[in-house]
Amino acid sequence: MHALKRRLNELKEYPSAVVGLIIIGLLIVLSIYAVISIPYAEAVRLWRGGEGVWIENPRNVPPALVNMLPGVDRPETMILSSQDQPELKEREQISEDVTEFVISMPFTYEYGEFPRELSAFFSADYEDTRPFIEVSWIKPDGEEIELMDGNVTDRTSYRISQDRGLQRSLDGLRPQIGLFARDLEADPPQVQTGEYELRISGYLFEEDASFSAELINYGQVHGLAGTDHRRRDISIALLWGTPIALSFGFLAAVGSTIITMVLAAVGVWYSRWVDGIIQKLTEVSLILNPLVVLVMVGTLYSRSIWVMLGVIIVLNIFSGAIKIYRSLFMQIKQAPYVEAARSYGARNLRIVFRYLIPRAVPVLVPQFVTLIPALVFLEATLALLGLGDPVLPTWGKVLEDAQANGALYLGYYYWVLSPSILLILTGLGFSMLGFALDRILNPRLRGM
Amino acid sequence: MTENNGLGPSLLRVQDLETFFTLRKWGFLRVGEVRAVDGVNFDLREGEAVSIVGESGCGKSTLAKTILGLQQPTGGSVHFGDQVLDTSDRRQMDWYRAQVGYIQQDPYGALPPFMTVRRILEEPMIINGVKSSSERWQRMEKALTELKMTPVEEFLHKFPHQLSGGQQQRVVIARAKILDPQLIVSDEPVSMLDPSVRVEILELLRLLQRDYHVAVVYITHDLSTVRYFSERIFVMYGGQLIEKGLVEEILRNAKHPYTMALLEAISDPDPENVNTFKKVPGGEPPSLANPPAGCRFHPRCPYRIDGTCDQKPPPEFTMTEQHRVSCWLYGDAS
Repeated sequence: MHALKRRLNELKEYPSAVVGLIIIGLLIVLSIYAVISIPYAEAVRLWRGGEGVWIENPRNVPPALVNMLPGVDRPETMILSSQDQPELKEREQISEDVTEFVISMPFTYEYGEFPRELSAFFSADYEDTRPFIEVSWIKPDGEEIELMDGNVTDRTSYRISQDRGLQRSLDGLRPQIGLFARDLEADPPQVQTGEYELRISGYLFEEDASFSAELINYGQVHGLAGTDHRRRDISIALLWGTPIALSFGFLAAVGSTIITMVLAAVGVWYSRWVDGIIQKLTEVSLILNPLVVLVMVGTLYSRSIWVMLGVIIVLNIFSGAIKIYRSLFMQIKQAPYVEAARSYGARNLRIVFRYLIPRAVPVLVPQFVTLIPALVFLEATLALLGLGDPVLPTWGKVLEDAQANGALYLGYYYWVLSPSILLILTGLGFSMLGFALDRILNPRLRGM
Repeated sequence: MTENNGLGPSLLRVQDLETFFTLRKWGFLRVGEVRAVDGVNFDLREGEAVSIVGESGCGKSTLAKTILGLQQPTGGSVHFGDQVLDTSDRRQMDWYRAQVGYIQQDPYGALPPFMTVRRILEEPMIINGVKSSSERWQRMEKALTELKMTPVEEFLHKFPHQLSGGQQQRVVIARAKILDPQLIVSDEPVSMLDPSVRVEILELLRLLQRDYHVAVVYITHDLSTVRYFSERIFVMYGGQLIEKGLVEEILRNAKHPYTMALLEAISDPDPENVNTFKKVPGGEPPSLANPPAGCRFHPRCPYRIDGTCDQKPPPEFTMTEQHRVSCWLYGDAS
């Protein structure tokens, strides 16, 4: 294999190979980072988690990077909590049991656009009697708007942006707009920047009762990759999709290439019925569309990525490649050195593994490298068809969600673009490397 | 039928050897056969060198492969020492493979391009059970030194493509003799080499043959190289041996018209030859799938006896103890 190493050194002379290697290297670094920073179980928990896990994220917002575009000033999510800042709270003992309290939660809003949503979460600790609160909103110009009043339980969510009554009182403007607008009549409404305040006053009716509040001002941007319809951070799927895609492509390519090569060599060497069976199996599998078989397996049996990997390997073993390898081995079989090996007593298996296959390896390396992205795409295709692994966060699953939720129709381009770019980069990296390898290792292409 | 006249114990005896290849139509219909080797008899003594001479397509290489056991004979037998070879007897073949070496025509093709010289030389030893690596090392060193490939260490880690044609052929020879065989079959060992290294390689082979008392079957189409080499010459035509004899006798006193034509065709580097035309028999070598009746050479033979040569295949006529020829010119057809 020294000869192979020496030839691989020639890669440096092909710029496409260098770029391809850099891309592959970056993807591998990304994979390692993903696996280290988010353990597998955590990634699955996050990806499968619903509103409970992702309550603090806005829904369907693009990545924070869009703020770097000129003229874009989208708000980020703000979370105010009375528990984190106890100084916001004032208490006054009225009687033995009753305590009056006021929580004022001031914040500065300087963005050019309105938040995506507004929610408040109250939690109270009591025995029998629920605390009573009044919530009001104070704008920078001093105008005070009554939001709600009522009793709170141990966990009460108040979705301010879904409060119909409030919307009516704000001239029909959605609350997250109306509450931040400079002038309710203006069209389009303008943001009033400055110091806002959410004031909660109320009464606790028990000696040991307590109350805390949280205001979430959902932003219009989130993180590195934005969020999806379930408020999930897409970057988790993008990050974890990298090792999954790479290892899937690599394992499937290794599995199918090696087995195909060995089968082709064994068939050619033993010829007769061994070759006959392998060729007939290949011809049958060639007329079966692999995607159809995969859809069948996925629908009727299992969508687990391991099952899919196995099926893809089996389908790929008996693919057209076996015919290519076979023609190659037919040539090698006739080589005088194989005859010489027989003359000094090499047994059949030794000839197959030590004399036929090593000769073919350099020709097959480029094919192997270009096969990887094809299999990565196949996995994404399966996910897009709804046959992705039900548990794992993958690029294909992100695309599937985007498509199912009309991302392009609704203008959520980031949702489609980021996984697509990663898929294209993967394809590009491996193809560029593969083509360069092909020129180096495939003597017929030399000098072209 | 033995030609062993007490000069030494017989090593290889080939008796009525036939290797036919079946021709098939649509993969299963038998439509005939190619008679590549058709009734070959000869006897080889220990340590003896013989040349088998013939033009391309006369069955020389098939004969070599049949002797090596790479090709199953369809008739006749090959005796080695006191054993009759049976290609289906695995144990016997394993033993036999270590007793014979094989040198091929194309030295580059004969060496696996992905193995180093060291690996190439080790393979036959590993396969044939030379387990101790120090012994393997000793044998490699000895073989390469004898073939004048020194310093040995420098060559051992090279790949075939890093060697010259002559060096490649020397590695092939080293591989053929590394198991100390009793017989080396060498199929056109120098025809693909530069004329400048041919003699050197042949002399090395000759030297090995003498020093180690190895029998050598030297197959060639070129009578001019035979002089350097062997004690006896067998001339092959159309799958059969048509003349056998000592080198001097054949070269000086050839009997068979075909042998005479071959000798005529030897090119000597003599400026006077520029303007001389050689008498070469017209026609083409016979088709082995459909050989001519009678003597295979009769369609091209200038001395053909009509009614005899085209009817009956000639038997072997004894000229002297060592010189036999299959030609009706020297016998009685009745």
